[in-house]
This record gives sequence, structure tokens and C-alpha cells, in this order.
Amino acid sequence: MAQFLFFLLATICIGAVLGMIISKDQAYNALFLIVAFVCTGGLFGLLDAPFIAAVQIIIYAGAIMILFIFVVMMINLRKGLEPEKKKWTLYFAVIVAAVLVLELVLTLKGALEPAGSSTVAELGSPTDLGRLLFTKYLYPFEITSILIIAALVGAIVLVKKRDKA
Amino acid sequence: MIPLTYFLILSAILFVLGAIAFFIKKDLITQFMSVEIMFNAANLAFLTFAKSTGSLDGQIIVFFVITVAAAEAAVGLAIILLLYRQKKTIKTEDIQSMKG
Repeated sequence: MAQFLFFLLATICIGAVLGMIISKDQAYNALFLIVAFVCTGGLFGLLDAPFIAAVQIIIYAGAIMILFIFVVMMINLRKGLEPEKKKWTLYFAVIVAAVLVLELVLTLKGALEPAGSSTVAELGSPTDLGRLLFTKYLYPFEITSILIIAALVGAIVLVKKRDKA
Repeated sequence: MIPLTYFLILSAILFVLGAIAFFIKKDLITQFMSVEIMFNAANLAFLTFAKSTGSLDGQIIVFFVITVAAAEAAVGLAIILLLYRQKKTIKTEDIQSMKG
């Protein structure tokens, strides 16, 4: 059952990303990406990380993609989308991708050997994660909150229309 | 029980697809989206290793990556919007003022 779920989610995820590569419309690209992120959330759930799966769906598929769709809505480029010229970048990208996927698979194949797969993992429940977050990772947590405040203020200041006066 | 190697291979494939999309696409918003795909592939690898070592630290890292990605998306989209206001385009071919 879990194996079937994995292959289903993986297929939908890769298909959605391929759809994003093929499609030319940015709004459709954003929708494809939402599908891909929801599937990744399901995969996170399969990896015994229910809290991270929920965060993935709420923040990625929810908040971040809504931000993208808002920007696509503000920048209306529907008229100016001519077909993309196939240039050397395409061939370059395919070559780089082939090399990269070969390299990654070769590296990752041996990566799990020393640890051995599936020790008795503790379940990533929100309680355990929260306890760890407020003890061992307290300083990174606080620094992240400062980072988010800075990003928020920075984004508002950047986009704000300045008065001409 | 799914072999954890499958997750790693899926993560590699997703990362490479994101890289291809970054190279092929010509508008800034879609390129930004492909960066998010690469973030997700990295998160998947983190969670796989967290499960294989049986510790929660990998999940904490993924949590931080997601929050930082949210901040990064806000600032990046603000910059794209600003660029569009000034240049009336978000195509990378038309934005060449820093080309040597």
C-alpha cells in the first residue's frame, strides 16, 4: 500500500514539474507547482514526518504559491509571450542535467549504506519537534524569526510606491 | 516498506528537473519557481536521511529551510515586481544592463 502510494505521488509530482517545464503560461506554471508541492507533502508524510508534511502544504502550497499567483496577476504578460527560441541553452541544460543526475544517483546510491535503512525512527510528532526547537535549536529559531521580520519589512519597503513630492 | 533509496533517487530527479527548468525558462517568475522545486528536492533528501539515521534533527533543518524559503520568496517577488515597474518586462533576455 505504502509502495503504491509512493509511486503514485512520485509520478504525479514529476508529471507536474514536467508540465511546468512544457507549459508557457505562468499562471498554469504556478498551479502545476501547487500540485507538485502537495505531492511532496504526501511524500514527507510517508517519511514519518507528519508535522513537516502539514507545514509543507500550509506554507508552500498555500502561502508561497498564493504569493506567486498574486505577482503573476499583477504582472500581466498574457499578450507578450512569444514562443521561446530554442538556442544553445536548451542543449546545454540537457547535457548538464544528464551529468548531474548521473552524479547524484551514483553518490546517493552509496549514501545510505553505513547507516543501514530504517532503524527504529522516532515519529516526528509536533510535540517532539517543538521540544527540540525550543531547547537545542532555540537560537536558530529566534534568528529565523528576526529574518522573517526583516524580509517582511524589506519586501514592503521595496514594493511601496514612493511619493513624488 | 519502501526502500529509502527510492526517495533519494526521486529527490535527485526533482532537483535536476528544477535545474533544467531554470536553464530553459526565460521569465524570472518561472525561474524562481524552479528554485523552489530544487528546495523541495533538498528537503526530501534531508527527510530521507533523517529517517535513515533515526534522529529528528533533519526534520528541524527542513522546518528552517521552509521558513527561510518563505522569506526568500517574499523578497524575491518584491524585487521582480520592482524590476517590472522599471523595465516593463521580466524576460531575462531583455534585462541586460549589467552585461559586460
